[in-house]
Amino acid sequence: MKIIIEQLLNGLTMGAFYSLIAMGYSMVYGVMKLINFAHGDFFTFGSYLGYTLLVMGVAYVTSTLGVWGGMIAAMLIAAIGTGILGIAVERIAYRPIYPAGRLPAVVSALGASIFIQNSIMVIWGPRPHAYTSEVIPGYIMNIAGFRINILQIIILLLSFCLMGILYYIVQKTTFGAAIRASALDRETAALMGININLIIFFIFALGPALGGTAGVMVGMYYRKISFTMGWNYGLKAFTATILGGIGNIPGAMIGGLILGVLEMLGSTYLSTAYKDVFVFLVLILVLLFRPTGILGEKIAEKV
Amino acid sequence: MKSRSENNQVKKFRKKGNWFTGIVILAFLGFPLVVKNDYIIDVAFFFGIYTLLGLSLNIVLGEVGLFDLGHMGFAAIGAYATAILNTRFGIPVLILLPISAIAAAIFAYLVCSPIIHLRGDYLCIVTIGMGEIIRLTLINNPFGLTGGPNGVFGICFPCIGNLMVIDSCPKFYYYIWIVVGLSVFALIRLQHSRIGRAWNYIREDAIAAEALGIDVRYYKLLAFVLGAALAGVAGNIYATKLMIVSPESFSFMESCLLFCIVLIGGMGSIPGVFIGAAAISLFPEIFQTFAQYRMLIFGAVMIIMMMFRPGGAWPRQRGGIQDEAMLIGMENTEI
Repeated sequence: MKIIIEQLLNGLTMGAFYSLIAMGYSMVYGVMKLINFAHGDFFTFGSYLGYTLLVMGVAYVTSTLGVWGGMIAAMLIAAIGTGILGIAVERIAYRPIYPAGRLPAVVSALGASIFIQNSIMVIWGPRPHAYTSEVIPGYIMNIAGFRINILQIIILLLSFCLMGILYYIVQKTTFGAAIRASALDRETAALMGININLIIFFIFALGPALGGTAGVMVGMYYRKISFTMGWNYGLKAFTATILGGIGNIPGAMIGGLILGVLEMLGSTYLSTAYKDVFVFLVLILVLLFRPTGILGEKIAEKV
Repeated sequence: MKSRSENNQVKKFRKKGNWFTGIVILAFLGFPLVVKNDYIIDVAFFFGIYTLLGLSLNIVLGEVGLFDLGHMGFAAIGAYATAILNTRFGIPVLILLPISAIAAAIFAYLVCSPIIHLRGDYLCIVTIGMGEIIRLTLINNPFGLTGGPNGVFGICFPCIGNLMVIDSCPKFYYYIWIVVGLSVFALIRLQHSRIGRAWNYIREDAIAAEALGIDVRYYKLLAFVLGAALAGVAGNIYATKLMIVSPESFSFMESCLLFCIVLIGGMGSIPGVFIGAAAISLFPEIFQTFAQYRMLIFGAVMIIMMMFRPGGAWPRQRGGIQDEAMLIGMENTEI
């Protein structure tokens, strides 16, 4: 019982990372119908920005803001930095290619991914880096016999807050309605007076910003970051997006959490080595029986 | 009279094509005789491997328009079938060439039958999942067969008895390019056949194709099976060249590069595959002087390429017969 609860908590934490990244995929896919392969690298970039601020400026940042303040500051900087990078990538690599159709944009996205990944390698060096322990807040607490890391709780709360805010923006505000309208039908939405360019600007700022925040969290939680980790997290997060129903933002949140929990339970009860196999098998099974994902709506095919 | 002039036009058109093809083939045959550098010949060999893999993905992605981002998985099946059967049972690798093709084809049939009805991006993610499952399974060393992350090593050179052993760089070069040449010939024949036309029809409009009586499911599966078989052949040659197979050679990144080969060249275009494969395999070698910046430049070039030629470097022309018909039409109006 104790193991189940602890593993559920670990799974939820991991799932929260996936959810944060997956929402970026989902928003971009919803509006642009583009699989943004560079998204995993936005996440890595955010992680490295946080690393630079905290570890390289450790004496200054942590002494003035404290450990928790440093963490928040790193997340903010990472979010702003990756947001700007996201907008820049959209302007340079995607916007000139939209008129040519979807497939050239996929190649361009892969190109952008390789470019960002190698830029990170050139800037920070090819070796993995570590968030050192003096910048990481949190201590282990014993609550009713459970060993719980405060950092984990804070990360979970923060990511749920972020997801909640995004959910509110997308589902309850007029601007969110505009996003959902453009996801349904871009041309018609533009005819209804929705500024599509503003929407694209927004999703390419917010999606990467969430990914960058997740990058700092992953750095804090697992401590080790490397310039290639974006592929792995990006792939899992994209899987989560599909699992929840692509283009559907609540779906991406739920998909990410389910994926994280599945991965943890799979590695606890089945086999650690086969946990990723297990995850992808579940994905394929879900798609076989419910091709539009868990929350996806069935779309009749237009002839 | 008229029919003769038509024939002349068609012949002239074909002749021009033949000249060009002849020069290209001669260049490929003479290349190792002129260049004695083993390193450069090896680069040309890997260009050939990527061309073969690109051709195999071109069947699935280019001809039928099915998004397959796990294609390296099929090559992995072929390579591991070769490696395991050769090192365990000592079966000569040339005999394993068709066997690895059949193994990959059977695997593709079994895996793709249930997922073939999925469309577009859903198929894409399922094939990613499939490719990753294959790679992760290989890493985990099931039944002690695949050797885990180290892979299987000690694969023999291809040989026909003691008559001819393919063991040097130029021999491997000829080996791969003869296989590529045969595949190109077969694929061009396929493009102009009933099957090729059905594939292209499905790519353009699957629903209309089905309405006209094309068995969409059958032809899609056929594309996957043939593509996988060709990838299995490539996997076999790859394994014999390197003498070692390891899971890292068949990662998601490699599948993405294959995807890029087809799209950089132009969907469904066989000459395009050559250009795409050249871009992917030669680029990192040419820009070696830039060391750590070369992949960075590579990414940037991919973006710039898509800005200026979104349809690919050598987009597929309309079918040959139509071209000739157009030529004839033009000639007729002149008369």
